[in-house]
Amino acid sequence: MLGTAKLMPNVPLTEPAATAVSIRNLSVRFGDRNNEFTALSDVSVDIPEGAFVTMLGPSGCGKSTLLRCVADLVHISDGSISVFGRSPQQAREARDFAFVFQDATLLPWRNVIDNVRLPLEVGKHAQSGDHADPHELLAMVGLKGRENALPHELSGGMRQRVAIARALITRPRILLMDEPFGALDEITRDRLNEELLRVWQETGTTILFVTHSIPEAAFLGQNVLMLQAHPGRVKEFMKVDLPFPRSLAVRDTVEFIGVTAHLRRLLEECL
Amino acid sequence: MSHVVSSTAKTEADRKIALLDATAGVLTKHMPAIAAAVGLVVLWQFVVWFFKIPTFMAPSPVDVAYAFQDNAKILWTNMLPTILEAFLGFVFGNLVAILLAIWFVHSSTAEKAFYPIAVFIKAIPIIALAPILVLIFGNGLAPKIIIAGLICFFPTLVNMVQGLKSASPAMLDLMRVLSASNTEILWKVRLPSSMPFLFAALKIAATSSVMGAIVAEWIGSSFGLGALIIEATYNFRSPLLYATVVIAAVLAVVLFFIVSVIEARMIRWKPAGSH
Repeated sequence: MLGTAKLMPNVPLTEPAATAVSIRNLSVRFGDRNNEFTALSDVSVDIPEGAFVTMLGPSGCGKSTLLRCVADLVHISDGSISVFGRSPQQAREARDFAFVFQDATLLPWRNVIDNVRLPLEVGKHAQSGDHADPHELLAMVGLKGRENALPHELSGGMRQRVAIARALITRPRILLMDEPFGALDEITRDRLNEELLRVWQETGTTILFVTHSIPEAAFLGQNVLMLQAHPGRVKEFMKVDLPFPRSLAVRDTVEFIGVTAHLRRLLEECL
Repeated sequence: MSHVVSSTAKTEADRKIALLDATAGVLTKHMPAIAAAVGLVVLWQFVVWFFKIPTFMAPSPVDVAYAFQDNAKILWTNMLPTILEAFLGFVFGNLVAILLAIWFVHSSTAEKAFYPIAVFIKAIPIIALAPILVLIFGNGLAPKIIIAGLICFFPTLVNMVQGLKSASPAMLDLMRVLSASNTEILWKVRLPSSMPFLFAALKIAATSSVMGAIVAEWIGSSFGLGALIIEATYNFRSPLLYATVVIAAVLAVVLFFIVSVIEARMIRWKPAGSH
């Protein structure tokens, strides 16, 4: 696969088990002194490079907040986050990561290919550095031939594919995904899950993926980071013992059901 | 060259046929409106005849039509300054409103300081403002342009502020993750997403700028459609008065139409998620 090799991020291959994201005693508090709300309390976790980690937990457990801390979208109150040894701000400016939102957040006046190119046009790193070929990326997410379509002409699933292609254009070392398929129907979601695993294996990107679906968390993740609420903290960092490459059929196996049953039990304990 | 010419001639013919088709389509579509308008004019003519209403009180459509013919030159020479005032007022009023809106969106202090003043200026009746401006700027074009501009200013300011703030929080998060500067966010996200809001305001401004110019010409002016309205009224030249009013209305409609055409050309997208 010559084409896919080009999509590989520039990762030094000398240290295969390097840490992509290291979170130490992280706390996040919102509001003022009189009306303070603790979103995250003393969270510590290491995400190995190249891993696919899904984040699961009851609503209000701070899984999105944790992801947004890594992306430098939320101010950290205590503790630290290191992204390849840099602060989240430095990592953001160096384009170490890309973010995929629940909403595709495409610019509705730009066609598909121009939306994919957007990251190359803004920021200090505009135009500089090497990047993936937008046409190649669109082919990879199954949108070849739709380059000139406007977002409102696409289905919700297609829009999210464009958002994923846009995220990959800068060849990020980390992909942060905040419930990217949460608003899609189940059939579309299943297909995109399978395709995301394929993209992950083709690119070798580290993926942090927030979801509220137990099957999705188990199907996608090498590891599941389970958080519990009030205040948000780590419940368990669990390895999912299912072989790769995974196809949707894996969800009918006894092993898979064992994993989801365990996750469901953990979730109930959280309540 | 000859084959090029013949091919353009062919497409020209095609275009003419397409244009005819389109015209026929438009006519069919607007048939009820056209029929209603013609019907009302006929009714007006009939009422004037039937009740023998004197011409100075209410001229018949036929009288008005003759007034157009007899006063063509007066109407034309007075229309030009009004067009100029309305157009310049439209341009400057909207330009100031857009720039102010951009400033407000980037500085909440500026918004807090000047928004109430903008509301206050809007609250002054434009008719009350006209004499003040005439006293300051004299009898030339300036006070008319300022009033036409003021009338455009407020709807555009309000809509533009709302439009610039209409970008979704997720969109702004995306730009932040991309380390975009405020200028880049303005050009790539805020300004394009404000366009539907801006054009909604510009369509209002297009018609009211003509009104502003005419109202300004009422106060001691010697030229313009507004001055002609006053003069025709005081001299009981009712057909001329009606003809002037018709021209003023047509002028406003034409400006509205121009803005609508530009809007249709510029905005071809729909907000994502709307099917």
